[in-house]
Amino acid sequence: MTALARSNNTIYARFMGPWGRYVVIGVPMVFLLLVFLLPFLVVFKISVSEMETVYFKDLLSVKDDLVVLAFKYGNYISLTHDALYFKAYLSSIKIAAITTAICLAIAYPFAYFLARSPAERRPALLMLVMLPFWTSFLLRVYAWKMLLADAGVFNNVAIALGLASEPLKMMNTPFSLVVGMVYTYVPFMILPLYANLVKMDLRLLEAALDLGATPWQAFWRITVPLSKSGIIAGSMLVFIPCVGEFVIPELLGGPETLMIGHVLWDEFFGNNDWPMAASVAVVMVGLIIIPLALFNKYQAESTSAAKS
Amino acid sequence: MAHKDSKGSGGDVAPFLQIKRIVKKFDDVFAVDEVSLDIAQGEIFALLGSSGCGKSTLLRMLAGFEAPTSGQILLAGQDIVGLAPYERPINMMFQSYALFPHLTVWDNVAFGLHREGMPKNQIEERVTQMLDLVQLKPYSKRKPHQLSGGQQQRVALARSLAKRPKLLLLDEPLGALDAKLRQRTQLELVDIIEQVGVTCVMVTHDQEEAMTMATRIGVMSEGKILQIGQPAEIYETPNCLFVADFIGTVNIFKGQVEVDEPDHVVIASADCKHYVSHGITGTRGMGVHVAVRPEKMSIQTETVQDADRESPAEVGFNQAQGVIEDLAYLGSLTTYHVRLDGGSVVKVTHTNAARHGSSAMTWGDRVYVWWCGSDVVVLTR
Repeated sequence: MTALARSNNTIYARFMGPWGRYVVIGVPMVFLLLVFLLPFLVVFKISVSEMETVYFKDLLSVKDDLVVLAFKYGNYISLTHDALYFKAYLSSIKIAAITTAICLAIAYPFAYFLARSPAERRPALLMLVMLPFWTSFLLRVYAWKMLLADAGVFNNVAIALGLASEPLKMMNTPFSLVVGMVYTYVPFMILPLYANLVKMDLRLLEAALDLGATPWQAFWRITVPLSKSGIIAGSMLVFIPCVGEFVIPELLGGPETLMIGHVLWDEFFGNNDWPMAASVAVVMVGLIIIPLALFNKYQAESTSAAKS
Repeated sequence: MAHKDSKGSGGDVAPFLQIKRIVKKFDDVFAVDEVSLDIAQGEIFALLGSSGCGKSTLLRMLAGFEAPTSGQILLAGQDIVGLAPYERPINMMFQSYALFPHLTVWDNVAFGLHREGMPKNQIEERVTQMLDLVQLKPYSKRKPHQLSGGQQQRVALARSLAKRPKLLLLDEPLGALDAKLRQRTQLELVDIIEQVGVTCVMVTHDQEEAMTMATRIGVMSEGKILQIGQPAEIYETPNCLFVADFIGTVNIFKGQVEVDEPDHVVIASADCKHYVSHGITGTRGMGVHVAVRPEKMSIQTETVQDADRESPAEVGFNQAQGVIEDLAYLGSLTTYHVRLDGGSVVKVTHTNAARHGSSAMTWGDRVYVWWCGSDVVVLTR
C-alpha cells in the first residue's frame, strides 16, 4: 500500500510537478468555495443584517471613535415566535420523509431486478430509468396535473368504468404532492441502489442458502444489510432536495401542504424581507447539514469495511 | 458415528453417498456426462480436473445450486435431488470462502445455527466449540476483512462444520492461499475433518492438494470420471493416456505390440524396444502408448551394466542413448531433458544424493537412459 502510494507520488512528481496533487484537489475546492461557501456566507450575512429601506447596514462600522458590531439575531428569534415557520419545517420534513420511504419501497425491488437481470439487458433498462429526464421536468409535473385533475384522465376513466360516481378530489392534496415528488425523485433512489446491488457477490447468497436460510431470509439477512450504503445514499439524494422543494408543491400541492420552500419565496418576494428570508434559508441548510454529516460518517465506515 | 465402523467393511452396506448416472446439460453441452460414483462414510473424496471439466458443476449439484438434467443422488439412502440447498444436510466451504462481510467471525459461524432455530445457549456452546477447533477463539469479534487469508479459510471451515453436516463439500479449499501456507494447511484441514469424522467431497485442480488430502481421487475430463482410485493407484497405474499425462510428469512412447505373452510383452517404438514384465489386454500389432515416469528412469554416462538389470530378459531392452539438451537443477533433484537418438525428448530426474555429484553431467553430454520393465505402464486408450 505504501509502496503504491510512493509510486503514485513519483508519477505525480514527474508529470505534474510537486504541486500536481494540490492542483487536482484545489480545482473542486475552489469551485465549492465559489458556488457554495461564498453565497452561503452572503446569505448568512443578510440574515443577521439590519434592513434600512433599500440597503443592508454593515455588520461592522467605525463611527465617532466607536466600533459597532451590529449582529441582528432578531430574525432567528422571530422564527420561533411564529408557529408558521415551525409548522412549515415540520411538514417539509414529514413530506420529504414520506416521499423517501415510498421511493425506497418502489426503487428497491426495481433496482434489485435491474441488477439481477442478464448483463446484456441492463444498459437498456438503465436507459429506461433515465428516459424521463429527456423531457422537461416542468412539462412532466404539468402532465400529472392533467392526470389527477377533477376532470382529469384518472377520474374520467374511473367514472366511465363505473368505479366512481363523482370525481375523486386528488389535485392539490398531500396525495398529488407526494405522487409528484415520488415520480420526480425515484430515479435518484434507483441509481445508487442499482450501483450497490450490482456489485454484490452472489456467492454470499448461495452461502446463506447452503447454511439453511430460505431465499427470503437470505434477502433480509444478507442482501439488505450489504446494500445499506446504497440505501443511505439514495435516501439522502431524495430526502435533501425534497425538504427544500418549491416547484412541485407550487404545482401539485394545496393549502394543506405548506412547505418551507413556499415560506421562503413569500419572505423574499411577498414581504420583501430579505433578512427574514435569509434566516429561514440558513436554518434549512442547518437541517440538511446534520443528516448529511451522519451520512458521510456512515459512508466512511462502510468504505473502510469494503477495503478487505 | 455408528456408521463409521461400516467404512471399508465391504459390500453388504450401501455406500453413504451414491451418485447414479447423473447428467447435467447446459444448452446442448454436457457439463456432467453420466457420472456414477459411490462414496463411503468418513471418506475424503477429491474430484480432480482442469477448469471446465465439470467437477464444480458436480459439486454444485450435490449442494443443490444446480438441478441435474437426469440421474439420482442418494445420501444415506435418501434421494436429495428434489431438495433445495437449505433443506439438505450438506454444507459447503466456498472457493475464496464467501464469508459474510458485514458479520463478525462469531456471527458467521452462528448463521446456520440461527436458521435452524437452535436455542441460544446451544448456539453459544457450538460456536465456541467450532472456534476452538479452528483455533480462532480470540478473533470471534473481528470482521472477515480484518483476518489473514489463512484465518478466513478457517472461519469458512468452522462455518461449514457448525451445523454438523452429513456431507461436507470443499470447493478449491486452499486455492486462495499462497504456496507455503497451502502445504501446511492441507494437513491441518485433513486433521480437522478426520477429528469431526465428516464425509467430504472436495473439488480441486491441484493434484498435490488432492494427493495429500484425499483418500480417493476421481480424475475428471470433459464431464466424465476417467479413473477412480487411491492417490498411489492413480499415479502408478493410470488407466489411460489422459490420466497418466494429467497426474505428474510422464514420458510417453508411441509403439506397437511385437510380442504378446501372458507374463510379458515387447513393444517397439522409434526410440527403443520396451520389455514389459506383465501381460496386457491387447493383441499383437496393436498400437499402444508406453508411459514411464521420469523418476523411474536412470541416467548415466557409462554403458548400462547387464548386472544392474531387473532380469536377464531385459538386457538390450528399455534403454536408449541420447544427448542432454537441457537440465534444470532443483536442489534436491535435477531434471535432465535428453534428446534420444530415436528423435523424442525424455525427462529424467536424478536425485542429488551426494553434495558434489561424482557423475556431474551437463549440457551436450552423451548419456545412457534406462529403466525397469516393472516400472512401465502400457496404455491402450
